[in-house]
Amino acid sequence: MIETRKIVIDPVTRIEGHGKVTIRLNEDGSVAETRFHVVEFRGFERFIRGRPYWEVAMIVQRLCGICPVSHHLCAAKAMDKIAGVDRLTVTADKVRRIMHYGQVLQSNAVHFFHLASPDLLFGFEGPAEKRSFVGTIENYPEVAKWAIFVRKFGQSVIKAVGGKKIHPSLAIPGGVNKNLSIAERDVLRGEVDRVVAWCGDALELCKRLIHEDAVRLEDFGTIESSYVSVVRADGAIDVYDGGRRAIGPNGAKIFDGVTPEMYDDVIGDEVRSWSYMKFPYIRSLGKEQGWFRVGPLAQVNCCDFIDTPQAENARLDFKRPGDGNPIHATLYQHWARVICMLHAAEKVKELLYDDDLQGDELTISGERRPEGAAWIEAPRGMLYHRYRVDEDDLVTNAKLAVATTNNNEAINRSVKKVAIDYLTGHEITDVLLNNIEVAVRAYDPCLSCATHALGDMPLLVMLEASDGTTIATRARA
Amino acid sequence: MPDARILVLGYGNPGRRDDGLGPAAAEAIEALSLRGVRTSANYQLMIEDAYDVAESDVVIFIDASKSGTEPYSIWPVQPATNLSAFASHVVAPELVLGLSGSVYGHVPRASLIGIRGYAFDFEEGLSARAQANLSSALVHIRNVMIGRRKVIESSESGAPR
Repeated sequence: MIETRKIVIDPVTRIEGHGKVTIRLNEDGSVAETRFHVVEFRGFERFIRGRPYWEVAMIVQRLCGICPVSHHLCAAKAMDKIAGVDRLTVTADKVRRIMHYGQVLQSNAVHFFHLASPDLLFGFEGPAEKRSFVGTIENYPEVAKWAIFVRKFGQSVIKAVGGKKIHPSLAIPGGVNKNLSIAERDVLRGEVDRVVAWCGDALELCKRLIHEDAVRLEDFGTIESSYVSVVRADGAIDVYDGGRRAIGPNGAKIFDGVTPEMYDDVIGDEVRSWSYMKFPYIRSLGKEQGWFRVGPLAQVNCCDFIDTPQAENARLDFKRPGDGNPIHATLYQHWARVICMLHAAEKVKELLYDDDLQGDELTISGERRPEGAAWIEAPRGMLYHRYRVDEDDLVTNAKLAVATTNNNEAINRSVKKVAIDYLTGHEITDVLLNNIEVAVRAYDPCLSCATHALGDMPLLVMLEASDGTTIATRARA
Repeated sequence: MPDARILVLGYGNPGRRDDGLGPAAAEAIEALSLRGVRTSANYQLMIEDAYDVAESDVVIFIDASKSGTEPYSIWPVQPATNLSAFASHVVAPELVLGLSGSVYGHVPRASLIGIRGYAFDFEEGLSARAQANLSSALVHIRNVMIGRRKVIESSESGAPR
């Protein structure tokens, strides 16, 4: 019988929420298995039940303080269908879109500037006190200015249409409750050119940092995977609406043009006893082969083009090494994320010069339906909501599939790759610890959304034998 | 002489009853539409608040206070010199002020008003006593705005927690 031992790292720092990593070793010290545990439990799908359907878009955004807008809009899109509305007014559609582009912009800015860029600027092995946004402020003050202003601008877009930066109120079943006023628009117009320019500067910085260490970064935590994203009917990237496309590791389409109503036909969920997070898979490929990745890397890999000029140039540059095939480098998710950030900035600018945002036709009505399903590309990838409503307009069933859940298997596999490459002996070195965190962080996991535990645990590293006895424990406050 | 640029940052969670005193105060001040006064109501202070702070002459942070003087207390705020206290979910007034100085080279005068609260359970709506304290604090803040009172009148140090 092969004896196995287990290393536990808990929690991972600089991700949104809390996680825990277990590395199970064989008797010879090699890595047998890794598990990225999620210990949080939110329960939104249960306590939404019994609420009037028009309240849900406001309630579900309390899931998250990072991407509440994505939950707000995804729920509203599902409730549009329950309200019998398949197509919004032009103004309502564009007002929702500019809010979502503001969300994508600010969230991707937080991740790249605050969470990811310190690893690239100071190196994975850099001292922890320096390898943080504070280090960026002290050593790269211009980058800190970009970070602060881009995030602030995204929040300003959200506030302009939603009234508040966090947990805004905009979308209602069948439309929106306000347009963008000329005064609000003009304030944003005065700032948007600087935001687009600084997102472009951030892209150049990201590319330079990646190219300086390309050999290591291309291989770091890298896995070949399938990808799933929402794509517009003409193949353009579209983070607000479109059909679902899945491509395999070689870029071949697995499915395309799938509608939210077909979700259960193409995506299955596997439950594993050790995680609160499910493991989604592409049904046609089965549980073993059907895992996939979502998020910026999937968004850039799946689309045929990006309909804004600077981001499209960046996409062509990004995909050039793959010669048309998907880019699989796990850490290139940061590069893809900055492309998506730039795209969002360009889209916000485009919409700020679109007079439809000042239109007066805000809502439309239809014939009530018992069920509605919708998806949206949240900053971290595919977000899906489905609701059933009874004759009294009360929600009887809800399903929420969030981006981090879709990346569950991929995170585990990237952690395993890093563990295989960097674990020597039975010692949890700083290098190993940092590298696991870097791999997990590449997916920008938002664990408060992704689970269905409350708790705030200290950093704990444990080495356990197969019988559960602890061989060593290491804590980091 | 131009008016001083005043920024009011009220923060806290309105879903935790009296923890919403800060946002409630900011919203009440915004409703006054005072010239030269900008307000922000949010769940917590954010790093990007440093940008607005840097564009102000006077900053008033408003938070709920779980203990201390009734109806409210005022403390001067000094910029943090050690910015490593930053965490994405906890940003202190001192840190925002310190960031303003580090990134933008300007540190305005700043005070923290801690309005005494009593109920912090999971529910919306201020308690009656907190509401009364808010009213008293708003009288003081409005007088600061129109120049009748100094921004900082307390010699206490530290901050409400």
